[in-house]
Amino acid sequence: MGNGAAGLAGRLLLDGGGDVDFFIHSYLEFPLFGTTVSINTTMVCTVIVCLAILVLCLILRHEIMKDYDEPNTLQNIAELLVEFLDGMVEGSMGKHAPKYRNYVEMLMIFIIFSNTSGLFGLRPPTADFATTFAMALITFFLIEYAWIRYNGIAFVKDLFEPFPIFFPVNVISEFATPVSMSLRLFGNVLSGTIMLGLWYALMPWFAKIGIPAALHGYFDLFSGAIQTYVFGMLTMTFVTDKYPD
Amino acid sequence: MTQITNAALIAACSCIGAGLAVIAGIGPGVGQGIAAGYGASAVGRNPGARGDITSTMLLGQAVAETTGLYGLVVALILLYANPMLSKFM
Repeated sequence: MGNGAAGLAGRLLLDGGGDVDFFIHSYLEFPLFGTTVSINTTMVCTVIVCLAILVLCLILRHEIMKDYDEPNTLQNIAELLVEFLDGMVEGSMGKHAPKYRNYVEMLMIFIIFSNTSGLFGLRPPTADFATTFAMALITFFLIEYAWIRYNGIAFVKDLFEPFPIFFPVNVISEFATPVSMSLRLFGNVLSGTIMLGLWYALMPWFAKIGIPAALHGYFDLFSGAIQTYVFGMLTMTFVTDKYPD
Repeated sequence: MTQITNAALIAACSCIGAGLAVIAGIGPGVGQGIAAGYGASAVGRNPGARGDITSTMLLGQAVAETTGLYGLVVALILLYANPMLSKFM
C-alpha cells in the first residue's frame, strides 16, 4: 500500500499496540525525472528472493554438470521438481504446453519462493499489490495475445456472445481477470503477514514459543503453496480457454 | 467532555467499517465448505480420481475465496491506507 497515508493511519489506529510492524518501509529516497523513487522493503526482499533462486540454480547447474552421466542426489531432486511442474502444465494445457511451460514454471517458482520467504524473516514480496499486479498484468497480456493471435478477427465476435447485449459484461469480465487474480494472491499472503506481525507484536513472550511455528506452517507454507498452485493453474486455464479448439 | 477531532471520528468510523467489511467472509466460508463437502463425497464415491478431485476443489475454493478477500482488502484500506484521512486532516 502507499507509504504516506498508510503510515499515518497505521500509526493512528495502532497506536499503543506495541511495535506492530508489517508495513512497507522506505529505506532510500531519491528524485528521478521529477518524481521521488523510493527503495522499499518489497524491492529489497524481491532482490533477496531472486538471488536465492539464482544461487540455487547455479548450485544445481554445477552439480548437474559435474557428472552428467551419473545423476547424483541434487540432480535427481531437480529432475523430480521439473518433471512435476512439467506434468502440471501438461495436464492443464495439453498440446499448448510447450509454448507456455517456461513462463508458468518460472512464475510458480518465483511465487513459491516469495510466499515462503516469510519463514526466513523477510516480508514476502507477494504481500505487496505492486508485485502481484505486475504478474497478473503479464498473464493478462498473455491471455489477450492468445485470444487475438489464434482467433484472428473472430475474437470480436466472442465479445458479443451469447447475445450482443452482453458486450459490456464481457469487456468488464476481461479486465476483471488481472484484478481478481492479483488481489487473490495479495490478500492471502498479506493476511498471513498481518496475522504473524500481530502475533509477534501483541502476544506475551510465552505465546511466542512453538505456536508461531504452526502459524508459519499454515500461512507461509500451506497457504503459500495453495496460492502458488492457484495462480499458475488460473493462468494456464485462462490462456487455454482462449484457443479456438 | 473532550472534543472529538476529525481524525478521531474518521478513525472510529473506519474501524467500524472495517469490521463490517470483513463480514464478507461469511459467503466464502459457506462456499468453500460446500465445495469441500462435495469433494469429500466425490472422493468417497471414486477414490481413484482423488488427485483430480482435489485439484479441482482447490481451484474452485480459491475462486470462491476472492469475494471474501475483496472484503479483507477494503478493511485493510480503511485501517492502513485510509483515503479519507488525508482529505479531512
